Amino acid sequence: MEELGPRAPYLPHAPGDVAAMLARLGLPDVEALFSELPEDLRLSAPVDLGPALDEASLARRVGQLAGANTAAGLICFAGGGVYDRYLPAVVQALAQRGEFLTAYTPYQPEVSQGTLQVTFEFQTMVSELFGLPVATAGLYDGSTALAEAVLMSRAATGRRGVAFASGVHPQWRAVVETYGQAQGLVALDLDGHADDVAAVVVQQPDYFGRIVDVEALLARRPAGALGVVAVDPSTLGVLEAPGRQGADVVVAEGQPLGLPLAYGGPYLGLMAARDDLLRRLPGRICGQGRDAAGQRAFVLTLQAREQHIRRARATSNVCTNQAWCALAVTIYLSLLGPRGLAELGRLGYARAHYAAGLLTRIPGVRLAIAGAPFFHEFALRVPEAESLQAAMAAAGFLVGPVIDRHTLLIAVTERRDRGEIDGLAAAMGKVLRDAGA
Amino acid sequence: MPVPDAPEPLIFERSRPGRRALRLPEIDVPEPSRPEDDLPSGWLRARPPALPEVGEPEVVRHFTRLSRRNFAVDTGMYPLGSCTMKYNPKINDTLAGLDGFAGLHPSAPDALAQGALALLWELEQDLCRLTGMDAFSLQPAAGAHGELVGMLIASAYHRARGDSARRRVVVPDAAHGTNPASAAMAGFEVVEVGTDARGGIDLEQVRAHADGRLAALMLTNPNTLGLFEGEVREVAQVVHQAGGLLYYDGANLNAIVGRARPADMGFDVCHLNLHKTFSTPHGMGGPGAGPVGVTRRLSPYLPGPLVRRRDVPAVAGPRYAWDDPGPESIGRVRALHGNFGVLVRAYAYIRANGGSGLREVSGHAVLAANYLAALLRPWLPASHDRICMHEVVTDGRALAPHGLRALDLCKALLDRGFHAPTMYFPLIVPEALMFEPTETEPREAIEALAAAVGEIVALAERDPEAVRQAPTQTPVGRVDEASAARRPVLRWYPSEGDRAPEG
Repeated sequence: MEELGPRAPYLPHAPGDVAAMLARLGLPDVEALFSELPEDLRLSAPVDLGPALDEASLARRVGQLAGANTAAGLICFAGGGVYDRYLPAVVQALAQRGEFLTAYTPYQPEVSQGTLQVTFEFQTMVSELFGLPVATAGLYDGSTALAEAVLMSRAATGRRGVAFASGVHPQWRAVVETYGQAQGLVALDLDGHADDVAAVVVQQPDYFGRIVDVEALLARRPAGALGVVAVDPSTLGVLEAPGRQGADVVVAEGQPLGLPLAYGGPYLGLMAARDDLLRRLPGRICGQGRDAAGQRAFVLTLQAREQHIRRARATSNVCTNQAWCALAVTIYLSLLGPRGLAELGRLGYARAHYAAGLLTRIPGVRLAIAGAPFFHEFALRVPEAESLQAAMAAAGFLVGPVIDRHTLLIAVTERRDRGEIDGLAAAMGKVLRDAGA
Repeated sequence: MPVPDAPEPLIFERSRPGRRALRLPEIDVPEPSRPEDDLPSGWLRARPPALPEVGEPEVVRHFTRLSRRNFAVDTGMYPLGSCTMKYNPKINDTLAGLDGFAGLHPSAPDALAQGALALLWELEQDLCRLTGMDAFSLQPAAGAHGELVGMLIASAYHRARGDSARRRVVVPDAAHGTNPASAAMAGFEVVEVGTDARGGIDLEQVRAHADGRLAALMLTNPNTLGLFEGEVREVAQVVHQAGGLLYYDGANLNAIVGRARPADMGFDVCHLNLHKTFSTPHGMGGPGAGPVGVTRRLSPYLPGPLVRRRDVPAVAGPRYAWDDPGPESIGRVRALHGNFGVLVRAYAYIRANGGSGLREVSGHAVLAANYLAALLRPWLPASHDRICMHEVVTDGRALAPHGLRALDLCKALLDRGFHAPTMYFPLIVPEALMFEPTETEPREAIEALAAAVGEIVALAERDPEAVRQAPTQTPVGRVDEASAARRPVLRWYPSEGDRAPEG
């Protein structure tokens, strides 16, 4: 028989409560509630997970693990689709509110208008950024949003091929291939097999930081194939909206718009599409409607696409829309406004080009793709990428990811000022001089 | 003071040209490069996006006001069945926000991210111990994502054995909608089997599908009726003898965590919903995390990358590193390393509870559900007269004589300060209302919920129209979902004239 009063930290009962509840049920103890489990399936003792920690001990233990991540203390010039941007205090202060953080999917719209209105505002912002009329409430991350977009293209066209332009993030491409294998999806070259291409995938800027000619790439697509563009949304105050360059579907990783690095997640997948793809979109969508008294109200809509209604015939199995991440993005974009977003892009652009100019003056260092226009990130050809990354870390700077033996990425956000860029160049020069000596 | 639930305009409607909130640093580099000097004009934004132009105080007020139009675990009891809306410890949010985690770039060299890697490795070990599985991938971003991964693993396993004829996945008719959707997404044909008189999966129907076409059977235990599948080992035997795999949907693990393990029941592969059992906040609909565990024979198929631990004699303590899985892996299912911030919270929750605490968690979750079921019985009898597990599915036809539906009762509960239970699920129970009080509700909250149900039923007898009008105390009244779907308005436009399709 177990002790009646709980010792676990978040249980509310006094011993008398447990006794009274058991008495109402006519049961001798909590154990009796598990009588329907075959006896040999019941564990006789607690699982050994080490001792339970009080809150102060927990904070110490987890704090030590956090402290062991010394890379977090480096000046961050790392990129690869994830960027160290300044996170305004307002984003964190508002997003941490329990009314947002501890609510769930707005199944009861009458008590979820906060969530729903934020979602509606988020969809409006995504639609504006991408230049496409219908946006979803969000997906897991950029890579899975791309996979969903390709599967949607497969379903919409009845074709099996996906053609990747060069420079699509290799991990994103791998995710598309994992998702696609079950649906008979095959990766094709952009210029072949014209009649079986469901989607052409272009990334802007691409994995190497290059700004690509979206319009020209999409113009080459075979008739009937959908143009899918994966874009860094933080560039869209400066660069043209892909939806006005011929894209049928646009997806993005939302991390650069107000989400912390957090070692890779949670992030947010953004998606918008042409009107006629509306009923093929994956996941949640919020719509504007009316309540019984005729006042404006928001509600999840077009749910007949979704798994809880359509089950095996749903457009996707996805349920979550990373709503909390979408909230952070909505707050961040509200703080920036149209001018802030443009300034953000221009600042990163100016600083990245300044950084590239300094770094390529170091002997043995050059741009990996000479002459290609880039935005706030570029691929650097160096003598030995892996060891340079380690040596730069020892000097206080995080660079990367390492792409191959001689190439790594450098990203410069609005958060890196001139002094830090000068420091980066000086440190890299010294590291390579020392290595060559 | 304005009423907390007063309508709040859209942030766009608060916008005034020229206003702004966040100020950015000045451009501080010499002879700054400018996009308009370097790029063809057609590449540049022709028209700025219509983002709102508002000051910082207005941004803060806007989102604070919106937050007050939400119901949340932090504001009241949220007995939404199947979702495990338990209290989310604040300390876990604080810990996930530590600079060493929140400020850690995923491209950090492994040697400089040893704390994060150690945490992930320990969490994998914890989940293995709690489920009896041999290996876990922490990559999947949500339960449904985990299901897809599990189904892709089943597919890869059969393919590797040259057993490609197995294209069929069996799910109970009571299964979560994600089960058939995930199986279909992984390329399988989905077959439904029924539920027997005791509320368990119909074993005879399972036997009828146990043949060379069976790839896997997906089961949640306790099932979506809140009942333990007592014949689970018989199901496992039938599935395994036919050459299939048994998949555990971990949505309902909170009922048995620390007391029984899926692997012991015969499951080969499972996903867990860390945002349910392990208390990470639901965030209005994500982010969650849906790690996938497997028994040894399936571990080669897990998605990567995976954390490896190496004991290095030369240094004090073990070293951790990311490792690519082998050639049999199903491949990548997302970029980078999973929903790390969620994983930190789940890790902290497990450390705070320990093995004995988690055993209390499931015990008290089941106690709360049975106590609630007993209190509700006069008005809402359980679908099956058995001890329930962490949730109870009730038959909501009590209001039918007054021309009212389960939906009406739910809306009336909103007026009384409770979130509604899950309605009309599982589909096999008429007017189903699924209550999951969770272990973190005090006794008086459970009693108050039952009393509110009783009050609504009494009101329905007296004045059914009053129930049909509900809710009236919420920020908006009953929302007309049908008309919103007929003429979808999915975004705001500056003016009617701008409504023309873009692009």
